[in-house]
Amino acid sequence: MLRIDRATYDAIVAHAREDHPDEACGVVAGPEDSDRPERFIPMLNAARSPTFYEFDSGDLLRLYRDMDDRDEVPVVVYHSHTATEAYPSRTDISYASEPHAHYVLVSTREHGTQTGLVGDEVEFRSFRIVDGVVTEEDVDVVESYLFGHSPATVVYD
Amino acid sequence: MAIEVRIPTILRTHTGGNKTVEGSGATLGALVDDIDTQHPGIKGRLVTDEGKLHRFVNVYVNDEDVRFTGSLDTAVKDGDSVTILPAVAGG
Repeated sequence: MLRIDRATYDAIVAHAREDHPDEACGVVAGPEDSDRPERFIPMLNAARSPTFYEFDSGDLLRLYRDMDDRDEVPVVVYHSHTATEAYPSRTDISYASEPHAHYVLVSTREHGTQTGLVGDEVEFRSFRIVDGVVTEEDVDVVESYLFGHSPATVVYD
Repeated sequence: MAIEVRIPTILRTHTGGNKTVEGSGATLGALVDDIDTQHPGIKGRLVTDEGKLHRFVNVYVNDEDVRFTGSLDTAVKDGDSVTILPAVAGG
């Protein structure tokens, strides 16, 4: 299951809307072994295409350097489909190379011009892709990671 | 001195889980051959049967993408740092 906070979920959907009809892509990084997508990093689609996405190779290097320095991993790798369903394509599967990542697919094929209006729908689904095998998983949107955790310190004025 | 090679998660099954390995060679191709003798199977993940770099991986020598510097013929020397990253792409 992918557990993701509302703000990050909304940011991914907003990015997909913004780049429509081209595919949008990015990563949500999180601490190693935490499985928590915490740091939203929208990436440029170097292909600028409605049917393909690719991180620019220089951007890719900087991204991984940066994550390495912070002891982070790509917890979520997301991209949008702008004319088809939110399900990994054959190309997606052949390129998928992060067995521990949640591959999030967003479809903007039926999105409206504005959020929340009638007819506005953006699909948001999550998958594991390991050795060419796609497994869909549930998406649990939490309001905030802070809920359910005891704060380390509480200061009462 | 040797050439340090940073290994992405997906290839660490070949390196006993290690994030970096060391090797030597005058070109990237020779370095890959050397790494493959120490960590069998890794070359097959990087180089196609035709002897070209696989399109699914990006290889950088000192931050320079080797696609622009001669691919497997790119010259390398002791002290260089090589980074292998799987392309993040799809359709």
